[in-house]
Amino acid sequence: MDAILEGLKLVAATDVLIALLVSAVYGLIIGAIPGLTATMATALLVPITFYLSPLAAITTIVTASAMAIFSGDIPGCLLRIPGTPASAAYTDEAYALTKKGQAELALGASLWFSALGGIFGTIALMIIAPVLADFALSFSTFEYFWLSFLGLMCATLVARSSPVKAVASALIGLLIACIGMENPGGTPRFTFGVTDLLGGVDVIPALVGVFAVSEVMRAMAGPPAAKIGHKSLGSILAGQLELTKKYWRQMTRGNVVGTLVGVLPGAGADMAAWVCYAISKRFSKTPEKFGTGYPEGLVESGAANNAALAGAWVPALIFGIPGDTITAIAIGVLYMKGLNPGPTLFTEKASSMYAIYVIFMLANILMIPLGIIMIRITTKVLNAPQSAVMPLILLCCAVGAFAVGNNLFAVVIVAAFGIIGYVMEANGFPVAAMVLGIIMGSMVEQSLVTSLIKSDGGIMPFFDRPISAVLAVMAITALLWPLFFWLIKRVRQATARATA
Amino acid sequence: MTRLTRRTFSFGAVAAAGGLALRSASAQGNYPSRPITMICPWGAGGGTDATARIVAALLEKEMGQPVNVVNRTGGSGVVGHAAISMAQPDGYTLGIITVEISMMHWQGLTPLTPRSYTPLALMNEDPPGIQVKADSPYKTVKDLADAIKAAPVGKFKCSGTGQGGIWHLALVGWMTAMGLKPDQVAWVPSNGAAPAMQDLAAGGLDLTTCSIPEARAIIEAGKARSLAIMAPKRNPQFPDVPTLKEAMGIDYSTGAWRGFAGPPKLPQPVAEKLTASLKKVYDSKEYKDFMSGRGYGTIWADAAGFASFMDKGDKQMGEAMKAAGLAKA
Repeated sequence: MDAILEGLKLVAATDVLIALLVSAVYGLIIGAIPGLTATMATALLVPITFYLSPLAAITTIVTASAMAIFSGDIPGCLLRIPGTPASAAYTDEAYALTKKGQAELALGASLWFSALGGIFGTIALMIIAPVLADFALSFSTFEYFWLSFLGLMCATLVARSSPVKAVASALIGLLIACIGMENPGGTPRFTFGVTDLLGGVDVIPALVGVFAVSEVMRAMAGPPAAKIGHKSLGSILAGQLELTKKYWRQMTRGNVVGTLVGVLPGAGADMAAWVCYAISKRFSKTPEKFGTGYPEGLVESGAANNAALAGAWVPALIFGIPGDTITAIAIGVLYMKGLNPGPTLFTEKASSMYAIYVIFMLANILMIPLGIIMIRITTKVLNAPQSAVMPLILLCCAVGAFAVGNNLFAVVIVAAFGIIGYVMEANGFPVAAMVLGIIMGSMVEQSLVTSLIKSDGGIMPFFDRPISAVLAVMAITALLWPLFFWLIKRVRQATARATA
Repeated sequence: MTRLTRRTFSFGAVAAAGGLALRSASAQGNYPSRPITMICPWGAGGGTDATARIVAALLEKEMGQPVNVVNRTGGSGVVGHAAISMAQPDGYTLGIITVEISMMHWQGLTPLTPRSYTPLALMNEDPPGIQVKADSPYKTVKDLADAIKAAPVGKFKCSGTGQGGIWHLALVGWMTAMGLKPDQVAWVPSNGAAPAMQDLAAGGLDLTTCSIPEARAIIEAGKARSLAIMAPKRNPQFPDVPTLKEAMGIDYSTGAWRGFAGPPKLPQPVAEKLTASLKKVYDSKEYKDFMSGRGYGTIWADAAGFASFMDKGDKQMGEAMKAAGLAKA
């Protein structure tokens, strides 16, 4: 109890509160700029943290990353430029809502359920962090293989096209994931002697290309579209309370799954959002409405996304294992400030720990009012003429891609994927499934190959370990379910015909 | 500020009129007269980036000119390393170079070698440790080595980084130093040290050969133990972990290093001034505090020392890569 009070006192310091507010605004702005990511927002803060007190330094990282993740949904929703691979899972859904003139509803849902998800994740972090950490530590490559395999299978669920085309798109994504030398063999593949391809194709430029640039190309090629405009909903929050009541089940499921996937290092928020969107669609009463601007999937995956973000801090704080790129940066800052990750952080530095929890809470609460202001301002972009907005989007895509690594090649990747995305969508191939293939490809390959090296080529260890066995059953069931279903239908039809 | 701009401008005009000789002469006289760019071949937020940024911040105080860190990523580090090597040799573009520069050319991935730079200063080296799971039956590195010797080839599994990465070569070097086959212990490639340490704790591996700072949190959480480090002397932060020489009598040491360098043919006075300033940065309390806070090792070598250090490391890496069959013939 003393430690909690001491923690609250630490947070009430002036420098911490200033850091909270300034980094919140900073995170919101960086995240909302198309092409600039939450990871970048966090990385740029590192030199500043040299000069801050330990808690203020952590505050800037926690707050800026949470804000940037939410505001990364803004360009995704308004302009179809997803800010993170995680928001790519529901970009199409949110953009469809915008096209229906309901941008504020989509953004409001994203804001509200992000904040609630973040708070849920924080509570989980506070109460059961050590349990979650042990859960995360029981995952070896065998478990990761089945998990990433399940993630990859979401491709057919998230897409609105025929399953065959979705599988084809996912396979293209897997092929793209093969490029480079960041594979288990450490051998360059499909690089054609181009140095820039040695590192493979980064997800972010590819993502920006297939979503945003292809959208610009469509707008330029097609007849001038009717202006989208937007209906002001009055209170942004009122609509959300209604959604919360209607979809509380989905929200809770998103929170729980998000936290669990989030604590697994390397899986993180990206996979959480995709998996939850797929789960939401699979168990929905009206799966046919998904992808047409329907908030159900948005609620679940949005909630999962931010719950996973808090979950990623579990292995980071307890074992110093980064759950994602943001916590990787945060771990460096923790060490620098003498708050070394480890179980002792929870015992010897308990007051600092509670202070960090309070910061998590405050950041997620502060997100709501600041986010509403941000939504009100940014939705004005919809009133601008398309001929003015489209070139700006293109410019942002190029600048954003370049800014990540000061490498012009990333801009070429954006352009190339713009064309790929345009051609694919014109022929009914879902680009989201391809993005999922790129994200999951290296994880599937890495975990399969390393597992086989460890088992000397044997398959049994994939089923021996308890968690692995459970995941294997889930994966194989999910794979064979449609076939089984189809067989039953055939048998029934046959018997029906026989009796007729 | 205006004064500064005007001076830079007129200096530029003189250089254009007077030719290159005059330019380099006057450039050395009042170097540095404008901001310096420091290229980091790795992404923002990582260890190399953090090192570059703290050094840049302190160098700025020494040189009296802004030092801007620019991350030039891509191509697994090749792009940024090439950008440093191909910069104008005027002292206004420097970079942080890493151990990969002595590895990648053996695989035929780039023509760049440690000789493609003007070395300025070596400022960090982290030796690999040998870690096992907390409940592993091996209490000392000798126990482990004996078990490895007795086991069939490939029975033991080790990880720490990707195939052909620095910690893989450390394992190969250790095996060769013991007179064993390079592949006596099978290498399981991973996406870095953190996933490898996690897999060790999850029971998927027998040992890891990543650096102790990278393994630190898991060790402190009581999930793993470090048996030895492949270094000439013990790490002051882990005084209980013996060196390989102390524990087994094997004189083998290696490590991942970071140093600062400029493009080839950097004018002598400019290089000397930079090395002198970097030495002051190295000796500063801020640098020492920062590095020890993150658990990074500090080591100093001036331009000549850095050059011979890299030559020695380059040869060692070449031998290990040939032994492991990773080098391109």
